[in-house]
Amino acid sequence: MSPKRTYGMVPAGVDLGKLSGSLIVIEGPDSSGRSTQIALLAQWLEEQGHAVAQAGLTRSTLVGLELERAKQGNTLSPRTLSLFYATDFYDQLENRIVPALRAGFVVLADRYVYTLMARAIVRGAEPEWAAWVYSMAIVPDAIFYMTVSLTTLVQRMFQTNSELDYWESGMDCGLSRDWFQSFVRYQRRIRNEFLKMQRRYAFELVNANRSIAAVNRDLRGRIQLFLDRAEKPEARRVTRGQAR
Amino acid sequence: MMTGVKERLPGKLIAVEGLDGSGKSTQIRLVHQWLQSKGHRVFFSEWNSSVLVREATRKAKKRHLLTPTTFSLIHATDFADRYERQMLPLLRAGYLVLCDRYIFTAFARDAVRGCDRMWLRKMYGFARSPDITLFLKLPLGVALGRILQGRPQLKHFEAGMDLNLSPDVTESFRIFQERVLKEYLCMVEEFGFTVIDASESVHGQQVTIRGLIQDRVDLGLFHAKSVR
Repeated sequence: MSPKRTYGMVPAGVDLGKLSGSLIVIEGPDSSGRSTQIALLAQWLEEQGHAVAQAGLTRSTLVGLELERAKQGNTLSPRTLSLFYATDFYDQLENRIVPALRAGFVVLADRYVYTLMARAIVRGAEPEWAAWVYSMAIVPDAIFYMTVSLTTLVQRMFQTNSELDYWESGMDCGLSRDWFQSFVRYQRRIRNEFLKMQRRYAFELVNANRSIAAVNRDLRGRIQLFLDRAEKPEARRVTRGQAR
Repeated sequence: MMTGVKERLPGKLIAVEGLDGSGKSTQIRLVHQWLQSKGHRVFFSEWNSSVLVREATRKAKKRHLLTPTTFSLIHATDFADRYERQMLPLLRAGYLVLCDRYIFTAFARDAVRGCDRMWLRKMYGFARSPDITLFLKLPLGVALGRILQGRPQLKHFEAGMDLNLSPDVTESFRIFQERVLKEYLCMVEEFGFTVIDASESVHGQQVTIRGLIQDRVDLGLFHAKSVR
């Protein structure tokens, strides 16, 4: 497996030298099918004989609970919320992702620092600040960004929830009092940030307007290629992602 | 979210920094009382006191779950909460804001824990530099003596036990404080600290500090009656 590195400094006390696993990130808005795809990929990878671990945002034992509570109260400033998320992220990185990589697992991450940076930037954070805060994140071996047209996104959201989510609609951003308007504007802004980040962080775009099966075939194909390459180090491609 | 780091604000930010046992809390409290009694618009803010983050910090510290990075970030979260909710609005409203510890405490402690100094400065980049930063300088031995005499029960993180400096709590605390002091001393020039000799009498220091503040701040502007 390719050696791991971060986007900047290495977190204190973390040894990147012994991380033999792979980190695969699936990014994309809610209702883009991320969790469905991750569940399918996990099953497939295990069938192939890979040990799989999963990670996602606000799943850390450290501040996950407080973070959920704070979000419900909606009392935190955007900067505070960003740093809270960052704490949660690094807790997971150090206590879940790194140990799994060390044990040789394929780690499937349901979102990663890119969502956190995009959310912070849309809420007024300086892009450079956001990049610095997350500069100690491990560079994933592959980052798939699921793109869905807004129309499809809205339809899927209403299908599953029958209402829009407060945060996914960016209702805290004061874009519009109308939830639907706010949702559309917010999602557009987030997408713009992702497109800006695409080159710097080398996302692979995945057209997620297609059926679950079609998207999954696509993802499997790309992951298979990457895993084959990782098995044969001489054919290894240049490590992806841009260092700062 | 833009926090106007360089923007001119009507308020003034005064921070006090120093080792545990340097007497900084005593000094800043006396400054607070003095300014209050003169009828000035003044607000006092303590490190690590926002209600919201306190719970998470307390729990995490108790379970020793924190790594240097998450320790640093959880304190930064707390700081950001207080900064954006209290300090910045008060500075905009024309208050004298007194801080018992400011971002330099994090710079010193977190660097000792192994966090990258540049990363720390960038992460806290949203916070304004204080108008006055008082650094209460005291020889290590004296500061240690005061703490170890009065409060023998040292907490885990306070003593730097997470760094495995020594299995002995007191010895760990000594080494930790020594390193923190080294970090502080490196920052004196970088951030333009005003050094106060903390081995002087409490009263003597307070007289010096009050004089300093009077010289550098037009206190007349902060009288509660003066409308800006």
